[in-house]
Amino acid sequence: MARAFNTVVVSMVEVLGKEEHEGMEAVRGEGKVVKWLAEIPADEYVLKGNSACAGCTAMIALRYALKASRATGRKTLLLVGACCMVVCEGVYPNTAYNVPTLDTAFACTASMASGVEAALKSFGRRDVNVIAFAGDGGTVDIGIQALSGAVERGHNFLYVCYDNEAYCNTGMQRSGATPLCARTTTTPGGKREKKKDVPRIMAAHGIPYVATACPSYPMDLYEKFKRAFSIEGPKYIHILTPCPVSWRFPTSKGVEMGKLAVRTGMWTLYEVEHGVFRLSPPSRRVVLRGDVVPVEKYLRAQGRFNGITDEEVERIQKMVYQELEWFKEAAARRKLW
Amino acid sequence: MRGMQEEEVFVTGNEAVARAVKLAKPNVIAAYPITPQTEIVEVLARYVESGELKSEYIHVESEHSAMAACIGAASMGARVFTATSSHGFLYMCEMIFWASIARLPIVMANVNRALGPGWNIWADLKDAMSHRDAGWIQFYTASVQEAYDTTLMAFRIAEDRRVMLPTMVNLEGFVLSHVMQPLRLVNEAEYDKFLPPVRIPHALNFERPHTLGTLISPEHNYLVQYDHNRCMRAADDVIAEVEREFERMSGRRYGAVMKYRCDDAETLVIAMGTLAKEAEVACDSLREKGEKIGVLRLRQLRPFPKAFLEEVKRLTAERFIIIDRAYSSGYGGILAEEVKAKLYDLGLKKEVKSIIAGLGGQDVPHEALEKMFMDKRGGEVWFGV
Repeated sequence: MARAFNTVVVSMVEVLGKEEHEGMEAVRGEGKVVKWLAEIPADEYVLKGNSACAGCTAMIALRYALKASRATGRKTLLLVGACCMVVCEGVYPNTAYNVPTLDTAFACTASMASGVEAALKSFGRRDVNVIAFAGDGGTVDIGIQALSGAVERGHNFLYVCYDNEAYCNTGMQRSGATPLCARTTTTPGGKREKKKDVPRIMAAHGIPYVATACPSYPMDLYEKFKRAFSIEGPKYIHILTPCPVSWRFPTSKGVEMGKLAVRTGMWTLYEVEHGVFRLSPPSRRVVLRGDVVPVEKYLRAQGRFNGITDEEVERIQKMVYQELEWFKEAAARRKLW
Repeated sequence: MRGMQEEEVFVTGNEAVARAVKLAKPNVIAAYPITPQTEIVEVLARYVESGELKSEYIHVESEHSAMAACIGAASMGARVFTATSSHGFLYMCEMIFWASIARLPIVMANVNRALGPGWNIWADLKDAMSHRDAGWIQFYTASVQEAYDTTLMAFRIAEDRRVMLPTMVNLEGFVLSHVMQPLRLVNEAEYDKFLPPVRIPHALNFERPHTLGTLISPEHNYLVQYDHNRCMRAADDVIAEVEREFERMSGRRYGAVMKYRCDDAETLVIAMGTLAKEAEVACDSLREKGEKIGVLRLRQLRPFPKAFLEEVKRLTAERFIIIDRAYSSGYGGILAEEVKAKLYDLGLKKEVKSIIAGLGGQDVPHEALEKMFMDKRGGEVWFGV
């Protein structure tokens, strides 16, 4: 069932996804860039029968991470924090992930990855992509200390935060990544604070690669994984993964919701590689050309913003414009700061 | 074989542990400083930096991450080591349980220290004893030599296929960690023969990918716990076997319990760590005065040793004095209560006196112990209260 659903998502993306490689080669200026979904390896390392919810976009992110890792010709070692992705594996003695996988406790995905990486180094193995995959709660809240420490130490691994903007595995409680005004089970009147900006915090660590992504732009996502695997040292990719269950929208709308997030400027796609800031193609037209969809369209499409007032919408819209202005300046100086 | 060990040095308990770890050559060391343990990880850092020890040294940002990194590395099949104390121990608490349930042969030195608030850096066994149910093998040492030897044996015990359990070597803060004593070193080549390369059967591999730590239903979880206990019980025999082999290599004999003038004793003092050594001094003095007293030192708290039960059954002492450097508030001295429970199992009715002494580094001179041993009142006595 999950498989059938994913096929539907992929074909939707094919229809919707023309914009994302626009200008991609100009940005890269090197190597072969995936332009069509058909060019992405068909091999699956997330097996049928996994227990992802219908419409799970985080699962798309994981699938593409594993495909991209495989395409490098190296081995993959996956660490999964305490999050939805550990539930998606299924129940012992089965597992849905066809790569060696280490499930971790909540706070320590990055520190366990440190240990894995150090062990591989000690064995003299250089042919392994170590991927740590954790949710926003496990990254921006409870796991941020371990993450900060691990990247500061310079371990050679990729940390992926898939961000569904709440503790969705435990039934949608507020996290540091929950956006302003979103209703969660622990903020029934709407969150009063803004979303914590962890990609920028990670970029401030001065690590060689930081990117934001969204599975609604799978080629962009795939390219970012590829890029990350080509770089030695700590890498961080923060992926916005709309969750139909918690955000309360129809399961068929996950990809659309991600696209809306990017087009409204609620989520901006970029990379910071060795300190150089680059907007990713889907966000370039939003940031640089001012082709912005009003946030109201995004907010009103989701049950988690039910009851949001016009003033609140206005406040969020203003925040978004400020952000976009900031990104525009960053793009001009090619640096985040 | 004794001819092989030529070197003798004069070092602290901490340095002795570091020297033992150096011989074991762990693949990965994850370490975070905390008084009074810090010297262990400092000495190891020097070994690694000078190239004497080829370990990956992870300068973690917390003890939680230290144990997590050890778990990550051991899950890849690596030999790992970390050291901690007191608050650091409690900070890694979640990972301490994780390591044992994951059945990873991690070796950790814990320098026992009191818990705050207020800050107290002196000896107290509560950090480790409050975690006796964490599923780790626990040793409590009483001399620099013993801390060294026990660390050397810990790797072999933890990594034994019949065991596969994390192992903790406890040494008390300052009174052992910072005290210098002569230390006879084990020959490296001999030790290499004693400790085979680590092989963790369930480690992750790329040939046949599997997942460690996936969801586990009520149909299986209890079996994991049952199996854990089975191996913990089996460890008791493995430890005895390793101790015998260690004796062949080093000439030094250890056991789960160490008897001191016990055989004809009418009064038996039971204690752990350095307080047991202090009790031995008091025992000598009392023996001179004609008192038939002996000291039974428990070196191994988990698995609770069969050897202890055998000794208690065999010895004729009618009066037991149990010294505790850790207390379970609202219940009793932790060791005293464990011993009393075992006496019940054995159907033995003994006169039991429980002495609570040395908490938070409280100075316990042997003269004071002597006085308390001679006080014929039973029940629980707090030294100094």
